[in-house]
Amino acid sequence: MALQSDHNMGERMANLAGAPVRLLFTVLEPPLAALQRGLGIKRMPWIFLVPNLVFFGLFVIVPLFINFFYSLTGGTQLYPDDRPFVGTEQYGFLLDCQTYADPQTCREDRFWKAIYNTSIFIVFQVSFMVLFSLITALTLNREIRARGFFRAVFFFPVLLSPVVVALIWKWILLRDGILNAFLVSIGLDKVLFFVSPEWSMFWAVFVSIWAHMGFYTLILLAGLQAIPPDLYEAAEMDGTSKERVFWRITLPLLWPNMLVVIVLALIKGVQVFDEVFVLTGGGPGTATQFIVQYIYNTGFTNQVQNFGLASAASVALGVALFILTMAQLAVTRRKDDV
Amino acid sequence: MTGKFRTLIATSALALGFSASAALAQTELRMTWYNDGIEGEVMQGLLDRFESQNPDISVVLDVVPYKAIIEGLPVQLAAGEGPDLARVTDLGGLSEHYLDMTPYLADTSYWKTNFGPFLKWLDPDGDAINGFMTQLTVTGPYVNKTLFEQAGVALPGKGATWDDYATAVNKVADKLDIPIPMAWDRSGHRVSGPAIAMGAKMFNADGNPALIDDGLKAMTQRLYDWHQDGTMSKELWGSVSGSSYLGANEDFANAQVVMYMSGSWQIPQFAETIGDAFDWWAVPAPCGPAACTGMPGGAALVGMAGTDHPAEVAKLMDFLAQEEQMAEFYGKTLFIPGHLGLAQGGVDFATDDPRAKHALATFAGAVPGISPVAFDLQGYANNRVMFNALISRLNEAIVGELTLDEAYDRMSADITKALAEKSRQ
Repeated sequence: MALQSDHNMGERMANLAGAPVRLLFTVLEPPLAALQRGLGIKRMPWIFLVPNLVFFGLFVIVPLFINFFYSLTGGTQLYPDDRPFVGTEQYGFLLDCQTYADPQTCREDRFWKAIYNTSIFIVFQVSFMVLFSLITALTLNREIRARGFFRAVFFFPVLLSPVVVALIWKWILLRDGILNAFLVSIGLDKVLFFVSPEWSMFWAVFVSIWAHMGFYTLILLAGLQAIPPDLYEAAEMDGTSKERVFWRITLPLLWPNMLVVIVLALIKGVQVFDEVFVLTGGGPGTATQFIVQYIYNTGFTNQVQNFGLASAASVALGVALFILTMAQLAVTRRKDDV
Repeated sequence: MTGKFRTLIATSALALGFSASAALAQTELRMTWYNDGIEGEVMQGLLDRFESQNPDISVVLDVVPYKAIIEGLPVQLAAGEGPDLARVTDLGGLSEHYLDMTPYLADTSYWKTNFGPFLKWLDPDGDAINGFMTQLTVTGPYVNKTLFEQAGVALPGKGATWDDYATAVNKVADKLDIPIPMAWDRSGHRVSGPAIAMGAKMFNADGNPALIDDGLKAMTQRLYDWHQDGTMSKELWGSVSGSSYLGANEDFANAQVVMYMSGSWQIPQFAETIGDAFDWWAVPAPCGPAACTGMPGGAALVGMAGTDHPAEVAKLMDFLAQEEQMAEFYGKTLFIPGHLGLAQGGVDFATDDPRAKHALATFAGAVPGISPVAFDLQGYANNRVMFNALISRLNEAIVGELTLDEAYDRMSADITKALAEKSRQ
């Protein structure tokens, strides 16, 4: 009797909660039906896409064209009308090198140093990010004690602001920071981490992985949990070794998720800025100055704010990201074909 | 009772109506401001007084980080979205955005008499009255005199060179195991004074920028060597990139630095943070073959041309610029006055700290000895282009990315490129 009463109460609550939605549909029904009659059912998806397309166009596509236009202009004026047209001069300046392998031979050496630094960063950051995310996901997918707690622990840094992450690590790594205090307590000398280019790059990669690994772990964990358990049972019945199970079942079935992780990590790696900017300031020298910081410095921090050159560099960054995305699509298609 | 209640309602409505119309008639001015010390509080006190005397004008003090003044404000101004007034340090670089208050000022001769030489810093190519200096600054070093005494090392006296100081601070650091013998603010402005002391001319015969010469090389070579031999720590200059400013004020305040090259604006901060914990002592600018000079500079409060209320801006500026207000401002903030009348007559600084008094006297006394080259450089509208090229490329040499000769070439190329870009119309 009491159960029946609870059930009725639940239904009433659900009806009450659904009332606004039903009202909305009732109101929208007549105009949408009229639209469908007028346009035909095949054109209806466009109606639903229009709001998103308008915002995407306004805040992504239009700025993209404005940015490209700026890259063809010079001077320090802010408004497009006031800026003299210089054609591809900014690109010519950026790309003017005797030997592309040696930034010192380039007119804009800092742009090329930023490209090399970014390349080194993404090679290490993406490789280790994928590796550690995979190991963590495999571990958290097993029946271990306090699994929920550990999942939360690994995901927690993702919730922090990049500036907070960088400041925390900066305080740990400074001359009088916690890490150096620990080194001294065990009889070692202090290490000036931010004076060494190698240490600075190491910590830039490390902190970036620490901050974002939880997100990629979650994607891989979802992929692992989607693998049908009967495949593992069949393998166990056949006496397949654990290594073979990993290479022949887990990894191939996890590959679509791995691909997403690799591509997302690559794109985020190319766009790296805030964490490293706060952590190392791009130093020592230009050792951890990446492409987005170069754009920021060129466009905003100098007395002569060179918006044209900054725009040209950001177009170059956009092209790099476009190529990465196309490569991802090509790889995905090839995999699907196989 | 009902009648009284109606009267009360009617009176309240009337009062509300009057106050609403007064509020509607009130002009709001926004002042963008940054703080080195307590000057924001002092300015707020003066603004409150102005508002009480001018109920039709309200002033909102927007306190922002210094970085926002350097990087954000120029973009705001270029977009026509700037404040009515702002405290700036890129004095000539933003001059195109300043309001010429001449038509709105009752007594322009007061301004020219008391702020004359500094008005040119704000408008290098014209004769406008744009604002006044909230502080005149002079770059120069501080030493931790207590450390010198504890180490038994004599403080170099008048006429001492940078080399004399380098030798002395290394002795002190060695004896007392101090991690950083000497630290400089990471700033091209800070390097320029000593470079001029070494003979740097900064401009060629035509008055165009010519950063690289033997004088500049002599100073930058020393800075390079001091970073390699440990006199200066690479941690400060080497740990960031580009032209980012970094100060060693906290390290100095924590007695981790024997000698700190900075400037007069640190006085109020040191008086508060160090107090009598040790003797922080301002010393005269060390000498080179050409001069014993620091760099002049400072911050100015200026009206902005984009304001919708130029008359009210000028009224506020005129109020603040009067001797009574200026004396209170400089006295409480411990800033060297940028008001010639007060500079000659003396300001009653609100401190009993002998270290602060000595520092104020040292920096104020250094003004007559500042090299004309330093004044020219400070008055040059594009000086930050030179400062930024100098500090960023020198830093790349110090950390081993460039040789010093490569750095000199890059400095010249950076300046040429930036000025060419700016000259494009």
